[in-house]
Amino acid sequence: MAQFAEAHFFLIESVVKIIVVLFVLLTAVAYVVWLERKVVARIQSRWGPYWVGPHGLLQPLADGLKFLFKEDIVVQDADKVIYWMAPFLAFTLAFLSIAVIPFGGSFQLFGHTIQLQITDLNVGLLYVFAVTSLGVYSIALAGWSANSKYPLFGGLRSSAQMISYELSLGLGVVGVLMISGTLSLRGVVTPQVGFWHIAGIPFLPRWNVFRQPLGFLVYFIAAIAETNRIPFDLPEGETELVGGFHTEYSSFKFAMFFIAEYANMVTVSCLATLLFFGGWLGPLFGPYWLRVILPVIWFCLKVFCFLFFYIWMRGTLPRFRYDQLMAFGWKVLLPLGFLNVLGTSFVIAWLHS
Amino acid sequence: MAILFYIFAAVAVIAGLNVVLQRRPVYSALWLIVVLCALAVEYLLLGAVFMAFIQIIVYAGAIMVLFVLVIMLLNAHHEEPTHGSQFAQWLGAPLVVALLVEIGVAVWSWPGAAHVNPPPLRAGPKSVGDLLFHQYVLPFEVTSALILVAILGAVVLARKES
Repeated sequence: MAQFAEAHFFLIESVVKIIVVLFVLLTAVAYVVWLERKVVARIQSRWGPYWVGPHGLLQPLADGLKFLFKEDIVVQDADKVIYWMAPFLAFTLAFLSIAVIPFGGSFQLFGHTIQLQITDLNVGLLYVFAVTSLGVYSIALAGWSANSKYPLFGGLRSSAQMISYELSLGLGVVGVLMISGTLSLRGVVTPQVGFWHIAGIPFLPRWNVFRQPLGFLVYFIAAIAETNRIPFDLPEGETELVGGFHTEYSSFKFAMFFIAEYANMVTVSCLATLLFFGGWLGPLFGPYWLRVILPVIWFCLKVFCFLFFYIWMRGTLPRFRYDQLMAFGWKVLLPLGFLNVLGTSFVIAWLHS
Repeated sequence: MAILFYIFAAVAVIAGLNVVLQRRPVYSALWLIVVLCALAVEYLLLGAVFMAFIQIIVYAGAIMVLFVLVIMLLNAHHEEPTHGSQFAQWLGAPLVVALLVEIGVAVWSWPGAAHVNPPPLRAGPKSVGDLLFHQYVLPFEVTSALILVAILGAVVLARKES
Protein backbone atom coordinates (compact mmCIF):
# COMPACT_ATOMS: atom_id res chain seq x y z
CA MET A 1 0.00 0.00 0.00
CA ALA A 2 2.75 2.40 0.99
CA GLN A 3 4.67 1.52 -2.14
CA PHE A 4 1.58 2.12 -4.25
CA ALA A 5 1.08 5.56 -2.70
CA GLU A 6 4.78 6.29 -3.23
CA ALA A 7 4.51 5.51 -6.94
CA HIS A 8 1.41 7.67 -7.26
CA PHE A 9 3.08 10.52 -5.44
CA PHE A 10 6.09 10.28 -7.74
CA LEU A 11 3.84 10.37 -10.82
CA ILE A 12 1.87 13.39 -9.61
CA GLU A 13 5.04 15.15 -8.48
CA SER A 14 6.71 14.62 -11.86
CA VAL A 15 3.70 15.74 -13.87
CA VAL A 16 3.29 18.88 -11.77
CA LYS A 17 7.00 19.66 -12.09
CA ILE A 18 6.97 19.14 -15.86
CA ILE A 19 3.92 21.37 -16.34
CA VAL A 20 5.29 24.14 -14.15
CA VAL A 21 8.76 24.05 -15.70
CA LEU A 22 7.42 24.01 -19.27
CA PHE A 23 5.07 26.90 -18.49
CA VAL A 24 7.86 28.94 -16.93
CA LEU A 25 10.25 28.14 -19.76
CA LEU A 26 7.77 29.08 -22.50
CA THR A 27 6.89 32.31 -20.73
CA ALA A 28 10.56 33.05 -20.19
CA VAL A 29 11.27 32.46 -23.87
CA ALA A 30 8.46 34.82 -24.87
CA TYR A 31 9.69 37.53 -22.54
CA VAL A 32 13.34 37.12 -23.50
CA VAL A 33 12.20 38.08 -27.00
CA TRP A 34 10.46 41.14 -25.54
CA LEU A 35 13.51 41.94 -23.42
CA GLU A 36 15.76 41.64 -26.44
CA ARG A 37 13.67 44.07 -28.46
CA LYS A 38 13.54 46.51 -25.56
CA VAL A 39 17.24 46.36 -24.71
CA VAL A 40 18.44 46.52 -28.31
CA ALA A 41 16.08 49.46 -28.83
CA ARG A 42 17.55 51.15 -25.77
CA ILE A 43 21.08 50.59 -27.10
CA GLN A 44 20.07 52.13 -30.40
CA SER A 45 18.16 55.05 -28.77
CA ARG A 46 14.71 53.82 -29.80
CA TRP A 47 11.67 52.87 -27.74
CA GLY A 48 11.07 49.34 -28.99
CA PRO A 49 7.61 47.76 -28.71
CA TYR A 50 5.35 50.15 -26.82
CA TRP A 51 1.74 49.95 -27.94
CA VAL A 52 0.49 46.46 -27.04
CA GLY A 53 -0.04 46.63 -23.30
CA PRO A 54 1.98 48.84 -20.92
CA HIS A 55 5.53 49.16 -22.26
CA GLY A 56 4.67 46.61 -24.92
CA LEU A 57 4.42 43.83 -22.33
CA LEU A 58 1.73 41.99 -24.28
CA GLN A 59 3.79 42.13 -27.49
CA PRO A 60 4.88 38.42 -27.26
CA LEU A 61 1.21 37.41 -27.18
CA ALA A 62 0.44 39.57 -30.20
CA ASP A 63 3.45 38.12 -32.03
CA GLY A 64 2.31 34.59 -31.27
CA LEU A 65 -1.20 35.30 -32.58
CA LYS A 66 0.27 36.86 -35.69
CA PHE A 67 2.35 33.78 -36.37
CA LEU A 68 -0.67 31.53 -35.85
CA PHE A 69 -2.90 33.42 -38.26
CA LYS A 70 -0.36 33.89 -41.03
CA GLU A 71 -0.59 31.79 -44.17
CA ASP A 72 1.54 28.66 -43.95
CA ILE A 73 3.40 28.59 -47.26
CA VAL A 74 5.02 25.29 -48.28
CA VAL A 75 7.56 25.58 -51.07
CA GLN A 76 6.58 23.61 -54.15
CA ASP A 77 9.79 21.65 -54.69
CA ALA A 78 10.43 21.05 -51.02
CA ASP A 79 11.02 17.57 -49.66
CA LYS A 80 7.70 17.62 -47.79
CA VAL A 81 8.38 15.08 -45.03
CA ILE A 82 11.70 16.53 -43.93
CA TYR A 83 10.44 20.08 -44.47
CA TRP A 84 7.71 19.40 -41.90
CA MET A 85 9.91 17.42 -39.57
CA ALA A 86 12.72 19.96 -39.15
CA PRO A 87 10.89 22.64 -37.12
CA PHE A 88 9.27 20.03 -34.86
CA LEU A 89 12.66 18.46 -34.26
CA ALA A 90 14.18 21.85 -33.39
CA PHE A 91 11.32 22.65 -31.00
CA THR A 92 11.28 19.26 -29.26
CA LEU A 93 15.03 19.02 -28.79
CA ALA A 94 15.24 22.56 -27.45
CA PHE A 95 12.78 21.72 -24.68
CA LEU A 96 14.11 18.25 -23.81
CA SER A 97 17.27 19.41 -22.12
CA ILE A 98 15.42 21.38 -19.41
CA ALA A 99 14.45 18.02 -17.85
CA VAL A 100 17.77 17.60 -16.04
CA ILE A 101 18.40 21.23 -15.06
CA PRO A 102 18.18 21.68 -11.27
CA PHE A 103 16.87 25.12 -10.33
CA GLY A 104 16.94 24.91 -6.53
CA GLY A 105 17.58 22.72 -3.52
CA SER A 106 14.94 20.41 -2.12
CA PHE A 107 12.10 20.80 0.39
CA GLN A 108 9.73 18.69 2.50
CA LEU A 109 6.07 18.36 1.57
CA PHE A 110 3.65 15.84 3.20
CA GLY A 111 6.67 13.91 4.47
CA HIS A 112 8.24 13.62 1.02
CA THR A 113 11.44 15.23 -0.13
CA ILE A 114 10.86 17.12 -3.34
CA GLN A 115 13.83 18.12 -5.45
CA LEU A 116 13.53 21.25 -7.53
CA GLN A 117 14.47 19.47 -10.74
CA ILE A 118 12.42 17.26 -13.05
CA THR A 119 14.86 14.38 -12.81
CA ASP A 120 18.36 14.01 -11.41
CA LEU A 121 20.22 11.90 -13.96
CA ASN A 122 23.69 10.84 -12.83
CA VAL A 123 24.99 11.63 -16.32
CA GLY A 124 22.83 14.76 -16.68
CA LEU A 125 25.50 16.76 -18.45
CA LEU A 126 25.96 14.06 -21.10
CA TYR A 127 22.19 14.01 -21.59
CA VAL A 128 22.20 17.74 -22.31
CA PHE A 129 25.11 17.35 -24.72
CA ALA A 130 23.41 14.41 -26.45
CA VAL A 131 20.20 16.38 -26.95
CA THR A 132 21.95 19.52 -28.16
CA SER A 133 24.20 17.55 -30.49
CA LEU A 134 21.08 16.26 -32.25
CA GLY A 135 19.90 19.86 -32.69
CA VAL A 136 22.23 20.24 -35.67
CA TYR A 137 19.93 18.05 -37.76
CA SER A 138 16.96 20.38 -37.47
CA ILE A 139 18.94 23.26 -38.94
CA ALA A 140 20.80 21.24 -41.55
CA LEU A 141 17.65 19.47 -42.72
CA ALA A 142 15.61 22.67 -42.72
CA GLY A 143 18.20 24.19 -45.03
CA TRP A 144 18.34 21.16 -47.27
CA SER A 145 14.66 20.24 -47.55
CA ALA A 146 13.45 23.60 -48.86
CA ASN A 147 15.36 22.85 -52.07
CA SER A 148 16.50 26.42 -52.39
CA LYS A 149 19.97 27.92 -52.66
CA TYR A 150 20.24 30.28 -49.72
CA PRO A 151 18.70 28.02 -47.09
CA LEU A 152 21.07 25.26 -48.25
CA PHE A 153 24.04 27.55 -47.70
CA GLY A 154 22.68 28.50 -44.29
CA GLY A 155 22.18 24.86 -43.36
CA LEU A 156 25.67 23.85 -44.49
CA ARG A 157 27.29 26.75 -42.69
CA SER A 158 25.50 26.04 -39.49
CA SER A 159 26.27 22.31 -39.54
CA ALA A 160 29.95 23.02 -40.04
CA GLN A 161 29.88 25.70 -37.34
CA MET A 162 28.02 23.61 -34.79
CA ILE A 163 30.27 20.56 -35.29
CA SER A 164 33.37 22.73 -34.91
CA TYR A 165 32.24 24.54 -31.78
CA GLU A 166 30.70 21.49 -30.11
CA LEU A 167 34.24 20.23 -29.47
CA SER A 168 35.23 23.43 -27.69
CA LEU A 169 31.95 23.39 -25.77
CA GLY A 170 32.75 19.96 -24.40
CA LEU A 171 36.39 20.80 -23.67
CA GLY A 172 35.45 23.93 -21.74
CA VAL A 173 33.37 21.84 -19.37
CA VAL A 174 35.93 19.05 -18.83
CA GLY A 175 37.94 21.12 -16.32
CA VAL A 176 34.90 21.56 -14.08
CA LEU A 177 34.10 17.85 -14.36
CA MET A 178 37.63 16.97 -13.25
CA ILE A 179 37.29 19.22 -10.20
CA SER A 180 33.88 17.97 -9.13
CA GLY A 181 34.29 14.37 -10.29
CA THR A 182 30.67 13.91 -11.34
CA LEU A 183 28.46 14.28 -14.42
CA SER A 184 25.31 14.98 -12.40
CA LEU A 185 24.24 18.61 -12.67
CA ARG A 186 23.19 18.59 -9.01
CA GLY A 187 26.51 17.07 -8.00
CA VAL A 188 28.43 19.76 -9.89
CA VAL A 189 26.90 22.48 -7.71
CA THR A 190 27.57 20.88 -4.31
CA PRO A 191 31.37 21.46 -4.23
CA GLN A 192 30.77 25.16 -4.90
CA VAL A 193 29.18 25.78 -1.46
CA GLY A 194 30.92 28.23 0.83
CA PHE A 195 33.58 30.90 0.53
CA TRP A 196 37.31 31.31 0.14
CA HIS A 197 38.75 33.16 3.11
CA ILE A 198 41.50 35.72 3.25
CA ALA A 199 42.66 36.36 6.83
CA GLY A 200 39.47 34.78 8.15
CA ILE A 201 37.17 37.03 6.16
CA PRO A 202 34.92 35.41 3.53
CA PHE A 203 36.16 36.91 0.34
CA LEU A 204 35.09 35.01 -2.77
CA PRO A 205 32.30 32.43 -3.21
CA ARG A 206 33.78 29.06 -4.17
CA TRP A 207 32.32 29.22 -7.66
CA ASN A 208 34.03 27.22 -10.36
CA VAL A 209 34.47 30.31 -12.53
CA PHE A 210 37.27 31.50 -10.23
CA ARG A 211 39.05 28.17 -10.55
CA GLN A 212 38.32 27.68 -14.24
CA PRO A 213 38.27 31.16 -15.81
CA LEU A 214 39.72 29.87 -19.08
CA GLY A 215 37.29 26.96 -19.13
CA PHE A 216 34.40 29.35 -18.64
CA LEU A 217 35.60 31.61 -21.43
CA VAL A 218 35.93 28.69 -23.84
CA TYR A 219 32.55 27.29 -22.80
CA PHE A 220 30.67 30.55 -23.11
CA ILE A 221 32.12 31.57 -26.48
CA ALA A 222 31.41 28.10 -27.85
CA ALA A 223 27.91 28.24 -26.39
CA ILE A 224 27.18 31.49 -28.22
CA ALA A 225 28.31 29.84 -31.44
CA GLU A 226 26.22 26.73 -30.71
CA THR A 227 23.08 28.81 -30.27
CA ASN A 228 23.80 30.71 -33.51
CA ARG A 229 23.76 34.12 -31.87
CA ILE A 230 25.65 37.27 -32.79
CA PRO A 231 28.61 37.46 -33.38
CA PHE A 232 28.36 33.86 -34.63
CA ASP A 233 24.94 34.01 -36.31
CA LEU A 234 26.19 33.15 -39.79
CA PRO A 235 23.51 30.51 -40.43
CA GLU A 236 21.01 33.35 -40.54
CA GLY A 237 23.14 36.11 -42.02
CA GLU A 238 20.26 38.11 -43.46
CA THR A 239 22.47 40.40 -45.51
CA GLU A 240 24.09 37.64 -47.56
CA LEU A 241 21.67 34.69 -47.28
CA VAL A 242 18.30 36.52 -47.38
CA GLY A 243 17.48 34.85 -44.06
CA GLY A 244 19.52 31.69 -43.75
CA PHE A 245 18.29 28.17 -43.10
CA HIS A 246 14.74 29.34 -42.36
CA THR A 247 14.27 31.54 -45.42
CA GLU A 248 11.58 29.30 -46.91
CA TYR A 249 9.68 28.83 -43.65
CA SER A 250 6.70 30.94 -42.74
CA SER A 251 3.97 31.19 -40.16
CA PHE A 252 4.20 28.95 -37.11
CA LYS A 253 6.93 26.72 -38.50
CA PHE A 254 9.18 29.76 -38.53
CA ALA A 255 8.05 30.60 -35.02
CA MET A 256 9.09 27.13 -33.88
CA PHE A 257 12.68 27.73 -35.02
CA PHE A 258 12.54 31.10 -33.34
CA ILE A 259 11.28 29.67 -30.04
CA ALA A 260 13.83 26.83 -30.23
CA GLU A 261 16.69 29.33 -30.58
CA TYR A 262 15.63 31.22 -27.47
CA ALA A 263 14.98 28.02 -25.51
CA ASN A 264 18.50 26.91 -26.40
CA MET A 265 19.81 30.24 -25.11
CA VAL A 266 18.03 29.62 -21.81
CA THR A 267 19.44 26.07 -21.58
CA VAL A 268 22.99 27.22 -22.27
CA SER A 269 22.67 30.00 -19.70
CA CYS A 270 21.32 27.52 -17.13
CA LEU A 271 24.31 25.25 -17.77
CA ALA A 272 26.76 28.15 -17.43
CA THR A 273 25.12 29.10 -14.13
CA LEU A 274 25.23 25.55 -12.78
CA LEU A 275 28.74 24.69 -13.92
CA PHE A 276 30.56 27.94 -13.25
CA PHE A 277 28.47 30.27 -11.09
CA GLY A 278 27.31 28.09 -8.24
CA GLY A 279 23.82 27.34 -9.58
CA TRP A 280 21.17 28.20 -7.00
CA LEU A 281 23.66 29.00 -4.22
CA GLY A 282 23.39 32.41 -2.59
CA PRO A 283 22.66 34.09 0.73
CA LEU A 284 19.85 32.35 2.67
CA PHE A 285 17.79 33.92 5.47
CA GLY A 286 14.30 34.11 6.91
CA PRO A 287 11.71 31.40 7.57
CA TYR A 288 11.60 27.95 5.97
CA TRP A 289 9.47 28.88 2.97
CA LEU A 290 11.81 31.76 2.12
CA ARG A 291 14.80 29.42 2.32
CA VAL A 292 13.10 27.22 -0.27
CA ILE A 293 12.22 30.05 -2.63
CA LEU A 294 15.41 32.13 -2.36
CA PRO A 295 17.67 29.59 -4.18
CA VAL A 296 15.21 29.55 -7.09
CA ILE A 297 15.39 33.34 -7.19
CA TRP A 298 19.20 33.35 -7.13
CA PHE A 299 19.24 30.78 -9.93
CA CYS A 300 16.82 32.78 -12.08
CA LEU A 301 18.77 36.00 -11.44
CA LYS A 302 22.03 34.41 -12.57
CA VAL A 303 20.41 32.96 -15.68
CA PHE A 304 18.86 36.36 -16.37
CA CYS A 305 22.31 37.99 -16.23
CA PHE A 306 23.57 35.60 -18.91
CA LEU A 307 20.54 36.23 -21.10
CA PHE A 308 21.03 39.98 -20.69
CA PHE A 309 24.67 39.55 -21.68
CA TYR A 310 23.58 37.70 -24.82
CA ILE A 311 21.31 40.59 -25.79
CA TRP A 312 23.91 43.18 -24.87
CA MET A 313 26.37 41.49 -27.21
CA ARG A 314 23.81 41.43 -29.97
CA GLY A 315 23.43 45.17 -29.67
CA THR A 316 27.19 45.74 -29.63
CA LEU A 317 29.14 43.35 -31.84
CA PRO A 318 29.27 42.92 -35.61
CA ARG A 319 29.12 39.50 -37.27
CA PHE A 320 32.25 37.41 -37.96
CA ARG A 321 33.28 36.59 -41.50
CA TYR A 322 32.93 32.88 -42.22
CA ASP A 323 36.65 32.09 -42.57
CA GLN A 324 37.34 34.08 -39.40
CA LEU A 325 34.73 32.02 -37.60
CA MET A 326 36.28 28.73 -38.62
CA ALA A 327 39.85 29.92 -37.96
CA PHE A 328 38.85 31.19 -34.52
CA GLY A 329 37.05 27.98 -33.61
CA TRP A 330 39.80 25.59 -34.66
CA LYS A 331 42.98 27.61 -34.16
CA VAL A 332 42.19 29.62 -31.03
CA LEU A 333 39.27 28.19 -29.06
CA LEU A 334 40.07 24.49 -29.43
CA PRO A 335 43.77 24.80 -28.42
CA LEU A 336 42.72 26.98 -25.47
CA GLY A 337 40.29 24.26 -24.43
CA PHE A 338 43.02 21.60 -24.63
CA LEU A 339 45.39 23.86 -22.70
CA ASN A 340 42.80 24.25 -19.96
CA VAL A 341 42.24 20.49 -19.69
CA LEU A 342 46.00 19.84 -19.59
CA GLY A 343 46.64 22.56 -17.01
CA THR A 344 43.79 21.44 -14.79
CA SER A 345 44.89 17.81 -14.86
CA PHE A 346 48.48 18.78 -14.00
CA VAL A 347 47.32 20.86 -11.05
CA ILE A 348 45.01 18.08 -9.82
CA ALA A 349 47.79 15.49 -10.15
CA TRP A 350 50.21 17.80 -8.31
CA LEU A 351 47.74 18.43 -5.47
CA HIS A 352 47.05 14.71 -5.09
CA SER A 353 50.71 13.62 -5.07
CA MET B 1 10.76 -3.45 -19.37
CA ALA B 2 10.53 -6.44 -21.71
CA ILE B 3 7.78 -4.69 -23.69
CA LEU B 4 10.00 -1.63 -24.13
CA PHE B 5 12.80 -3.89 -25.32
CA TYR B 6 10.61 -5.46 -28.02
CA ILE B 7 9.20 -2.09 -29.12
CA PHE B 8 12.62 -0.54 -29.62
CA ALA B 9 14.07 -3.71 -31.11
CA ALA B 10 11.27 -3.58 -33.69
CA VAL B 11 11.98 0.10 -34.31
CA ALA B 12 15.66 -0.69 -34.83
CA VAL B 13 14.93 -3.53 -37.28
CA ILE B 14 12.36 -1.56 -39.29
CA ALA B 15 14.63 1.47 -39.43
CA GLY B 16 17.54 -0.76 -40.41
CA LEU B 17 15.53 -2.19 -43.30
CA ASN B 18 14.64 1.34 -44.35
CA VAL B 19 18.32 2.30 -44.44
CA VAL B 20 18.77 -0.26 -47.21
CA LEU B 21 15.43 0.14 -48.97
CA GLN B 22 15.17 3.93 -49.23
CA ARG B 23 16.10 5.31 -52.64
CA ARG B 24 17.18 8.77 -51.48
CA PRO B 25 20.52 8.89 -49.62
CA VAL B 26 19.35 11.52 -47.11
CA TYR B 27 16.48 9.27 -46.05
CA SER B 28 18.83 6.31 -45.63
CA ALA B 29 21.07 8.43 -43.41
CA LEU B 30 18.13 9.63 -41.33
CA TRP B 31 16.87 6.07 -40.83
CA LEU B 32 20.36 5.10 -39.72
CA ILE B 33 20.10 7.79 -37.03
CA VAL B 34 16.82 6.19 -35.92
CA VAL B 35 18.62 2.83 -35.68
CA LEU B 36 21.36 4.36 -33.53
CA CYS B 37 18.88 6.07 -31.22
CA ALA B 38 16.84 2.85 -30.84
CA LEU B 39 20.05 1.02 -29.90
CA ALA B 40 20.80 3.76 -27.36
CA VAL B 41 17.41 3.08 -25.76
CA GLU B 42 18.30 -0.63 -25.58
CA TYR B 43 21.51 0.32 -23.77
CA LEU B 44 19.42 2.39 -21.35
CA LEU B 45 17.18 -0.62 -20.69
CA LEU B 46 20.29 -2.67 -19.93
CA GLY B 47 21.26 -0.07 -17.34
CA ALA B 48 24.22 1.26 -19.32
CA VAL B 49 23.19 4.92 -19.12
CA PHE B 50 26.66 6.25 -19.89
CA MET B 51 27.04 4.10 -23.01
CA ALA B 52 23.58 5.14 -24.21
CA PHE B 53 24.38 8.84 -24.16
CA ILE B 54 27.88 8.35 -25.56
CA GLN B 55 26.26 6.39 -28.39
CA ILE B 56 23.98 9.33 -29.18
CA ILE B 57 26.69 11.99 -28.81
CA VAL B 58 29.32 10.19 -30.89
CA TYR B 59 27.33 8.29 -33.51
CA ALA B 60 24.10 10.21 -33.92
CA GLY B 61 25.47 13.63 -32.98
CA ALA B 62 28.86 13.64 -34.67
CA ILE B 63 29.46 10.89 -37.22
CA MET B 64 26.01 10.92 -38.79
CA VAL B 65 26.05 14.72 -38.96
CA LEU B 66 29.11 14.41 -41.19
CA PHE B 67 27.31 11.80 -43.34
CA VAL B 68 24.29 14.06 -43.75
CA LEU B 69 26.54 17.05 -44.42
CA VAL B 70 28.40 15.21 -47.20
CA ILE B 71 25.15 13.99 -48.76
CA MET B 72 23.84 17.54 -48.71
CA LEU B 73 27.08 18.89 -50.19
CA LEU B 74 26.96 16.41 -53.07
CA ASN B 75 23.25 17.13 -53.35
CA ALA B 76 22.58 13.46 -54.14
CA HIS B 77 18.88 13.09 -54.86
CA HIS B 78 18.10 9.72 -56.36
CA GLU B 79 20.15 6.58 -56.42
CA GLU B 80 20.00 4.79 -59.77
CA PRO B 81 19.61 1.04 -59.25
CA THR B 82 22.32 -0.86 -61.13
CA HIS B 83 22.16 -4.48 -62.22
CA GLY B 84 25.86 -4.74 -62.87
CA SER B 85 27.02 -6.64 -59.83
CA GLN B 86 27.76 -10.21 -60.95
CA PHE B 87 29.05 -10.99 -57.50
CA ALA B 88 25.75 -10.16 -55.77
CA GLN B 89 23.73 -12.12 -58.35
CA TRP B 90 25.46 -15.41 -57.69
CA LEU B 91 26.50 -15.15 -54.08
CA GLY B 92 23.66 -13.05 -52.61
CA ALA B 93 21.02 -15.72 -52.10
CA PRO B 94 23.38 -18.41 -50.69
CA LEU B 95 24.90 -15.90 -48.26
CA VAL B 96 21.44 -14.86 -47.00
CA VAL B 97 20.50 -18.51 -46.52
CA ALA B 98 23.76 -19.15 -44.67
CA LEU B 99 23.13 -16.19 -42.37
CA LEU B 100 19.56 -17.28 -41.64
CA VAL B 101 20.71 -20.84 -40.87
CA GLU B 102 23.38 -19.48 -38.57
CA ILE B 103 20.87 -17.30 -36.68
CA GLY B 104 18.45 -20.23 -36.51
CA VAL B 105 21.09 -22.51 -35.01
CA ALA B 106 22.10 -19.86 -32.50
CA VAL B 107 18.51 -19.29 -31.37
CA TRP B 108 17.79 -23.04 -31.29
CA SER B 109 20.79 -23.86 -29.14
CA TRP B 110 20.16 -21.02 -26.66
CA PRO B 111 19.69 -22.57 -23.20
CA GLY B 112 17.16 -19.95 -22.03
CA ALA B 113 17.37 -16.93 -19.80
CA ALA B 114 17.63 -18.98 -16.59
CA HIS B 115 20.98 -20.44 -17.64
CA VAL B 116 22.61 -17.15 -18.58
CA ASN B 117 24.69 -15.62 -15.83
CA PRO B 118 25.81 -12.17 -16.93
CA PRO B 119 28.74 -10.68 -15.03
CA PRO B 120 27.96 -7.48 -13.09
CA LEU B 121 27.65 -4.52 -15.43
CA ARG B 122 30.59 -2.13 -15.38
CA ALA B 123 29.49 0.61 -17.72
CA GLY B 124 29.65 3.82 -15.70
CA PRO B 125 31.97 6.67 -16.69
CA LYS B 126 34.46 5.68 -13.94
CA SER B 127 34.78 2.01 -14.88
CA VAL B 128 34.85 2.67 -18.63
CA GLY B 129 37.58 5.28 -18.14
CA ASP B 130 39.45 2.93 -15.85
CA LEU B 131 39.36 0.10 -18.42
CA LEU B 132 40.36 2.37 -21.29
CA PHE B 133 43.24 4.13 -19.57
CA HIS B 134 44.64 1.32 -17.43
CA GLN B 135 43.92 -2.15 -18.71
CA TYR B 136 43.54 -1.36 -22.40
CA VAL B 137 45.65 1.78 -22.65
CA LEU B 138 47.99 0.43 -25.36
CA PRO B 139 45.31 -0.81 -27.79
CA PHE B 140 43.36 2.38 -27.14
CA GLU B 141 46.26 4.68 -27.97
CA VAL B 142 47.30 2.57 -30.96
CA THR B 143 43.75 2.83 -32.32
CA SER B 144 43.77 6.60 -31.95
CA ALA B 145 47.13 6.77 -33.75
CA LEU B 146 45.66 4.60 -36.50
CA ILE B 147 42.69 6.91 -36.92
CA LEU B 148 45.03 9.90 -37.03
CA VAL B 149 47.03 8.22 -39.80
CA ALA B 150 43.80 7.58 -41.71
CA ILE B 151 42.81 11.25 -41.39
CA LEU B 152 46.24 12.37 -42.60
CA GLY B 153 45.95 9.98 -45.52
CA ALA B 154 42.55 11.38 -46.45
CA VAL B 155 43.91 14.93 -46.29
CA VAL B 156 46.86 14.03 -48.52
CA LEU B 157 44.60 12.26 -51.04
CA ALA B 158 42.09 15.10 -51.12
CA ARG B 159 44.67 17.85 -51.56
CA LYS B 160 44.68 19.39 -55.00
CA GLU B 161 47.90 19.18 -56.99
CA SER B 162 49.10 22.69 -57.61
